[in-house]
Amino acid sequence: MAAAGELTSNYYISHHLTNLVYGRFSDGTWGLAHSAEDIAEMGFMAFHIDSIGWSIGLGLLFLLTFWMVARRATSGIPKGLQNAVEMIVDYIDDMVRSVFPYQNKLMAPMALTIFVWVFLMNLMDLVPVDWVPALFALMGVEYMKIVPTTDVNITISMAMCVFILIIFYSIKIKGIGGFLGELAFHPFPKFLAPINLVLETVTLIAKPISLGLRLFGNLYAGEMIFILICLMYSSFVTIVFGGILQWAWAVFHVLIIILQAFIFAILSVVYIAQAHDTGEDH
Amino acid sequence: MNFTMTMVAQSVTFAVFIWFCVRFIWPPLINAMRERQKTIAEGIENAEKAEHDLAEAGLRAQEAIKNARTEADQIIAQARRQSSTMIEEAKREASEEGERIVQAAQAEIDQEVNRARERLREEVAGIAVSGAERILEEEIDRDKHADLLKKLAAEL
Repeated sequence: MAAAGELTSNYYISHHLTNLVYGRFSDGTWGLAHSAEDIAEMGFMAFHIDSIGWSIGLGLLFLLTFWMVARRATSGIPKGLQNAVEMIVDYIDDMVRSVFPYQNKLMAPMALTIFVWVFLMNLMDLVPVDWVPALFALMGVEYMKIVPTTDVNITISMAMCVFILIIFYSIKIKGIGGFLGELAFHPFPKFLAPINLVLETVTLIAKPISLGLRLFGNLYAGEMIFILICLMYSSFVTIVFGGILQWAWAVFHVLIIILQAFIFAILSVVYIAQAHDTGEDH
Repeated sequence: MNFTMTMVAQSVTFAVFIWFCVRFIWPPLINAMRERQKTIAEGIENAEKAEHDLAEAGLRAQEAIKNARTEADQIIAQARRQSSTMIEEAKREASEEGERIVQAAQAEIDQEVNRARERLREEVAGIAVSGAERILEEEIDRDKHADLLKKLAAEL
């Protein structure tokens, strides 16, 4: 955190919404950005170290925990952690089965990865907004955004991976001709192919964008509201009200983080299921 | 909303994580769960079969008990009948035997009585004749009165 004199609401909010960025300055050297100008200067050639770090860390937490359980998994009586893990796995398996009627060894594990990983990343939103940034400030780190899913880079790139899978399976199942035919010859008759192509391409592109932005938007807004609520602690008049609000919003947010993780996972599966769909019923 | 190289890093991470999950996490877990599901299903099926068998065995046992009971009743009734007929038979035989013995004894007694009576008669006839001889001395002609004496003896 900065010195008390600079601590305006505006600064507080923008500080909380700034990533820790490592990138290339215009003179070709690489380094940490110290201001919004630095970040603007870096443009695309930059890494959000905090987003990537927390995202990989949480992902590893998920993978290693599940891996540990998977290696010792017995078909006997499950205990403790195995129970919890199996509950999630079973839930995901059922869900994928219900929306994905095709043979694909990738779908269920993908849905599991997305669900748990996104959930863990969303969960960081419930950590009080000042704790971790303050801790890192003590260690001399200027910026620290601990919720990777409030970073549009993270959500959009995951959505893009799903998009690549959509294209891959569309072409694999239907062939290039089938895939392009699907884009060109629906929903209107063949002589309106250009219109169809525009409509269907927009539909196709809208899938990953809506997928990524939905998660980003929900979590970004949620984080923003937490930050705004925290501003109330600056005045004794609103401190109690702020406390109540923060508690209420956190309770509501518990629902949102699970729901958004679930939506991201199930929509990915649904989109890829559509890519498998060769039926003539549309 | 500034797009950066973060996307590349995150995409690679995402792909690697999914690969790891597909390769190392999902199969052992789901296999263990399926296997357990199968074991449990078999267990339930076996339990149901055992229960069914038990019920059937119970029925069979009841049937056997019922049969044994009726058989035992029959045997007892038969034995009772047999014993009563045997007793009757024995009674009848015993009474017949008794009667026979009594009759034999009676016959013997009669015989003895007759014999005794015969002897007595002869003796009495003798005594009477000798008595009469003494009383009448020579008056009585044995030949003349033989008929009379015989009549007398028969009357005794």
